[in-house]
Amino acid sequence: MTAQDAVATLEGVGYAVGGRTILAGLDLAIQRGRVTAIMGPSGTGKTTLLRLLTGQLQPSSGRVSVAGFDLSRLNRRDTYALRRRMGMLFQNGALLTDLDVYENVAFPLREHTDLPEPLIRRIVLMKLEAVGLRGAARLMPAELSGGMARRVALARAIVMDPEILIYDEPFAGLDPIALGMVLRLIRDLNQSLGITSIVVSHDVHVIERLADHAVLLSGGGIAAAGSPTELASNPDPAVRQFMSGSAEGPVPFHYPAPDLASDLADGVR
Amino acid sequence: MSLITVTAEFGRFALFLGRLVTGIPSTLRRPRLLIEQIHMTGALSLVIIMLSGLFVGMVLGLQGYDLLRRFGSTESLGTAAALGLLRELGPVITALLFAGRAGTAMTSEIGLMLATDQLAAMEMMAVDPVRRICVPRFVGGLLSMPLLAAIFSAIGIYGAQLVGVKLMGVDAGQFWSQMRGAVELRDVLEGVVKSIAFGIACSAIAVYEGYHAVPTAEGVGRATTRTVVTSSVAILAIDYMLTAVLL
Repeated sequence: MTAQDAVATLEGVGYAVGGRTILAGLDLAIQRGRVTAIMGPSGTGKTTLLRLLTGQLQPSSGRVSVAGFDLSRLNRRDTYALRRRMGMLFQNGALLTDLDVYENVAFPLREHTDLPEPLIRRIVLMKLEAVGLRGAARLMPAELSGGMARRVALARAIVMDPEILIYDEPFAGLDPIALGMVLRLIRDLNQSLGITSIVVSHDVHVIERLADHAVLLSGGGIAAAGSPTELASNPDPAVRQFMSGSAEGPVPFHYPAPDLASDLADGVR
Repeated sequence: MSLITVTAEFGRFALFLGRLVTGIPSTLRRPRLLIEQIHMTGALSLVIIMLSGLFVGMVLGLQGYDLLRRFGSTESLGTAAALGLLRELGPVITALLFAGRAGTAMTSEIGLMLATDQLAAMEMMAVDPVRRICVPRFVGGLLSMPLLAAIFSAIGIYGAQLVGVKLMGVDAGQFWSQMRGAVELRDVLEGVVKSIAFGIACSAIAVYEGYHAVPTAEGVGRATTRTVVTSSVAILAIDYMLTAVLL
């Protein structure tokens, strides 16, 4: 892969908060026009990685570059200019609760463009149609289910036709029909418009169907990387454990704690 | 809390206030956002302000009448009530009520937006949440406060007249004519200056606390409490300083 193929790169990136190291010496290149999945057990820094890529967090060490720009050297204005080329779907949707569905999707257009109202209406309704929620245009966020809210947030994330789309757990809480639709939409956006997609997900089976490239995070670094098929056949016990969803293996299911019997006995004494 | 922590907090607040002030021109270019906030902070506070103003004025009427009666000058009730309300009670009580009603609403709203990633989503949409969310609320509060204080004082004077003239039998002509003769423009301006200062302090504290809240239910609750406590202390401290300067 040449440097031109990479739309975002992390070089020796470390991130620590409150004395706890989340990421250490991470090297990663996100290829342009492909769907890259970031996977890993909970607490391995997947969301932190996304926030570093979007400049919401600054790394403790190393360098994060997006579209050729070193994020640490950008001022607020330049960071915002770069973010106009990106879209992000938050885990909980993060819809603006005082605006209805239509206005939520129209929000970036109203903030950044002087488009006439009929054109805004046309774009918003097309994006809502793409996520199957044109009929919900006048509902308030409080009237939506979690899955619907995430689909509205997806419509909002794509309304400015970004070059890079970042999805934080886009499939959680979706019913099979909505999941299939969102899956197809992410693929279509990637194939028809050449959008680079970065998807954080725990769902191994969905990632196998969606991603061109997958990265498995563990212990603050990359445990394995490759196509989903390569990951599935990876001999590393930790990778195998994650891909098969087993509680038994080198990755502990339990948070570190003293022996259960002694803990219970302490309560009795 | 160490001196360094307090100084750092003041520094953060001053920087945030700077961001609010520099964002004012962009908010003035979007009057719809501002009108919305004036409605939320000003119009929706009207009932509590008017009711409180009426009762404070009525109490002032009773207490003033009782005090002035001892000196045989009950006809000065109008002057005493008007000066008390315009220079002190109007701006101060309005600001305290504003902090309790509109200030807490601002803090909890912004805090919840923070906790539910709405502010982070704005950041990701290249929209500065300070300019889009905090500045309109700050300016809305700043503009609403003098108007609310004026309404409070006007209703208060009416309440004092209601008790003094209708209930206690003070001559209506003397009540109004003495007031018109004694109250000067500088008395009114003192109240206006104070209410603008309280408006800046209360609104800035409310949006600052909301924007810097710990993004949890408990954190937002604590931030809301801090808004009331800090605003109340700030109002009384600023009131003393401005009174000392303006007298």
